[in-house]
Amino acid sequence: MKKIEAIIKPFRLDEVKEELQALGITGMTVTEVKGFGRQKGHKEVYRGAEYQVDFIPKIKIEIIVPSAMVDGVVQGILRSAKTGKIGDGKIFISALEEVVRIRTGETGDDAV
Amino acid sequence: MISSGDTAWMLVATALVMLMTPGLALFYGGLVRSKNVLGTMMQSFICLGLVSILWIAYGYSLAFGGDVGGIIGTFQWIGFKGVGNEAGPYSDTIPHLLFAAFQLMFAIITPALITGAFAERMKFSGFLLFVILWSTLVYLPVCHWVWGGGWLGRLGALDFAGGTVIHVNSGTGALVAALIIGRRKGYKTQAIYPHNLPLTVLGASLLWFGWFGFNAGSALAANGTATLAFFTTQVATGTAALSWILAEKIIRGKPTTLGAVSGAVAGLVAITPAAGFVGPVSAIIIGFVAGILCYLAVLLKERLGYDDSLDVVAVHGIGGLWGALATGLFASVGASGLFFGNAHQLLIQIIGAGSAIIYSGIVTTIILLGLKYTVGLRVSEEEEIQGLDVSQHNETGYAIR
Repeated sequence: MKKIEAIIKPFRLDEVKEELQALGITGMTVTEVKGFGRQKGHKEVYRGAEYQVDFIPKIKIEIIVPSAMVDGVVQGILRSAKTGKIGDGKIFISALEEVVRIRTGETGDDAV
Repeated sequence: MISSGDTAWMLVATALVMLMTPGLALFYGGLVRSKNVLGTMMQSFICLGLVSILWIAYGYSLAFGGDVGGIIGTFQWIGFKGVGNEAGPYSDTIPHLLFAAFQLMFAIITPALITGAFAERMKFSGFLLFVILWSTLVYLPVCHWVWGGGWLGRLGALDFAGGTVIHVNSGTGALVAALIIGRRKGYKTQAIYPHNLPLTVLGASLLWFGWFGFNAGSALAANGTATLAFFTTQVATGTAALSWILAEKIIRGKPTTLGAVSGAVAGLVAITPAAGFVGPVSAIIIGFVAGILCYLAVLLKERLGYDDSLDVVAVHGIGGLWGALATGLFASVGASGLFFGNAHQLLIQIIGAGSAIIYSGIVTTIILLGLKYTVGLRVSEEEEIQGLDVSQHNETGYAIR
């Protein structure tokens, strides 16, 4: 099992979700986050005060998949989240020790 | 003889001016961080109660009742003794009590204006004492000088609806307050955002609406002077909203909503002393200059680095000063300014505004230093970080449930 975390541009969320559903992903967790990478923030002005806003709103998607599905899911995210402009985000893949479904107590791939 | 038309209008005008103080509370409330929204609105709102009591107890009498040496009134109307429904003495066509009520609304909003200078860090107890002392020792005398039969009025100073009494006076008090109370924690080192600009737009709109009572009501009658003041108020305000965002566009690149509403308030302030004395074209010029001048004053504040948090000095002090001088330049209805052949009027306006600045500056300094070293003015650092809403009032403006 792997955990895939993807930071994407908020306006691509629907496309990414549809793409991953088409690949057979049955669940995901989505969080509104803020952060910065290479994409620059923007300037905000309130009367005389000028602020540089460095933290840009992004969406973080977390999905858990059987190891065999990782490549397909990564390709799916690349296809649906990519705009080609700076700030498209990143995908993090990590090993996952265990998953438990609370309702049934199932574990491992059965619980994903 | 009491006129039902004048009385009806002045009742409405009085209610309109009352609405400006809650409008100001919204205007200021939107400009602070969410943890201070109630504390900030409270400082304006509670003046409606506090100053009303002062006004009946002795305030109205000291501002408008008789005269001692041109400086202050007497105690003849203390407790509103003798202030009833008979006409006069300030207008023959409305009840005396109504005049006193109209003037009360001005006395309420003036200290409320100053609260923008020390937003987000003033202790509520210190604030209440400040309002009592400032209203008594600064507002009442200056009001008397100009409108209550005092020396400035006799000198011929023109102040239609309170450019000097209200705006120069409170703007000066605000500068002193910002300097003595000091900067907010994190000022210039961390971003301090307005938390709800739509609230600020709503507040500015209510101020604009109420200001028709403020300016047109200052005619004290439902007549042509009131109509002129109503109209000049509209055009000066609209023009100032435009000229502020024009200056922003040129200097900073983008016109902002906050700029438009700030410009509107600057225009309202600037036209206040001139409203019934100038024509519509002069009002456009007064408004145009006000929007640009007040915006430049805001930028200057950023350079100088004092924390007049909500720009009371730039908008009310500078806008009021410009309005007072502009009245001496553009007056053409019922009086003449420099551009209409009377250079002497400008000199009188300079003396009027200048003496209010000096007097308000000195007395506000004494009041604030006195309070600072006795009951204290600022909340503790921990309370400031926590916010005024929780630390001063045990409540929060917004709850997610």
